[in-house]
Amino acid sequence: MADQNSSYRLTPEEQQRRRRRSIALGLTLGILCVLLFAITIAKLGPQILNRPL
Amino acid sequence: MNTLSNSLTESRTQNLDHARLSQGDVSDFFALLKPRVMFLVVFTALVGMVISHPDVNPVLALVALLMIAVGGGASGCLNMWWDADIDAVMTRTRKRPIPAGKIQPGEALAFGLTLAAGSVLILGLASNWLAAGLLAFTIFFYVVIYSMWLKRSTPQNIVIGGAAGALPPVVAQAAVTGHVAWDSIVLFAIIFMWTPPHFWALALVKSSDYERAGIPMMPNVAGADSTRFQILAYTVLLAPLGMVPVLMGFGGLAYAIISLVGGLGMLALAIQVYRLRQGEPAMRVAQQLFGFSILYLFLLFATLLAEHGFGFFHPVMG
Repeated sequence: MADQNSSYRLTPEEQQRRRRRSIALGLTLGILCVLLFAITIAKLGPQILNRPL
Repeated sequence: MNTLSNSLTESRTQNLDHARLSQGDVSDFFALLKPRVMFLVVFTALVGMVISHPDVNPVLALVALLMIAVGGGASGCLNMWWDADIDAVMTRTRKRPIPAGKIQPGEALAFGLTLAAGSVLILGLASNWLAAGLLAFTIFFYVVIYSMWLKRSTPQNIVIGGAAGALPPVVAQAAVTGHVAWDSIVLFAIIFMWTPPHFWALALVKSSDYERAGIPMMPNVAGADSTRFQILAYTVLLAPLGMVPVLMGFGGLAYAIISLVGGLGMLALAIQVYRLRQGEPAMRVAQQLFGFSILYLFLLFATLLAEHGFGFFHPVMG
C-alpha cells in the first residue's frame, strides 16, 4: 500500500540488493532453527528416548 | 476510519526518504563483521578448545565456536558503528560500509547489538553461562572500554584493548570444559603481549593516517623513537613467553622449535626496528615486523592445533 503511494521507486539494482538481503535473512533464520534443534538434541542426547511418557 | 488510514499512509509516504532506505548488500553487512579479525578469533578459539581435550559433544563444540565467531563479528560491527567518523578520514578504513554510505549507522548498530545478544544467549544455552559471560565481557571490553574510551584518549589504547583480542581461547576453553585453566591463560598472555609490537609496527608506518584521524597512537604521542624502544621491550617479553607452553607441558617438540625460531625472528626484527630510524629502510623494516608478527602468532597457534588436534604431539618436558 505504502509502496503504491510512494513517490520514490526502487531502482532495479536496489530491488536486487533488497532481494539478496531478504534471502540472506531467511537463510540465517533457517540456520538458527536448525542450530537450536541440534543444540536440543545434543543436550538431551539419547535420554530423549528413555523418558517416561 | 478510512480517513485515519489515508492520513497514516500519506504521512508514511511523506516520511519515505530515499536516503533512509538501506543501500547495503549482503557483502556489506558481512564486511561489518571484520572477517579477517573473525578468522583470527575462530582460529585462536579453536586452539583454546583442542588444547583442553574436552569430553564434549562435537555439535555443541561447533556451536560454541560459531557463537564465539559471531560475538567477535558483533564486536567488529559495533566498533565500525562507533568509529565511522574516524574511519572516514583514514585511507586504510574509508571504504568501510558506513563511511562509504552503503550502510546507515543505525542499521549497523541494530545489526551489531542483535548479533551480540544472540551469540551470548546461544552460547549460554549450548555451553554454559561462564563462557557466555566471558563472551559478553569480551564484546563489552572491545566496544565500550577499547573503542569508546581508550582508543581516542590514551596511547596505551591497544595495550589494554588487546585483552579483548586475547580472550577467545579463554572463552573457548570455558565453553567446552566449564572452567578456565592456566593453559588458556598462557595463550591469552601470548596474544596480549604480541599486540603492542604488532600494532605499533603498523602505527610507525601509518602514523600520518592516525595523526589525521586524531587517534593518540604511541608514535604520535610519545614519538617514533620511544615507540621503537617499547616495541623492543614487549618483544623481549614476548619471545620467552611464547615458549611457556613447552615448560607447562602442552607445547610439544614442534612447538618448542617453532616458538624458539619464531621468537628469535621477532627479536631480530624488533632490534632492526630499534636501530633503523630514518627514511625508507626504517619504514620497510617496520612493515616487515608487522607482517612477520602475523606469521609468528599464526605458526604458534597452528603448531598447537597440529600437536593436539592431529596427533603430532611429542613431549619435551616430563
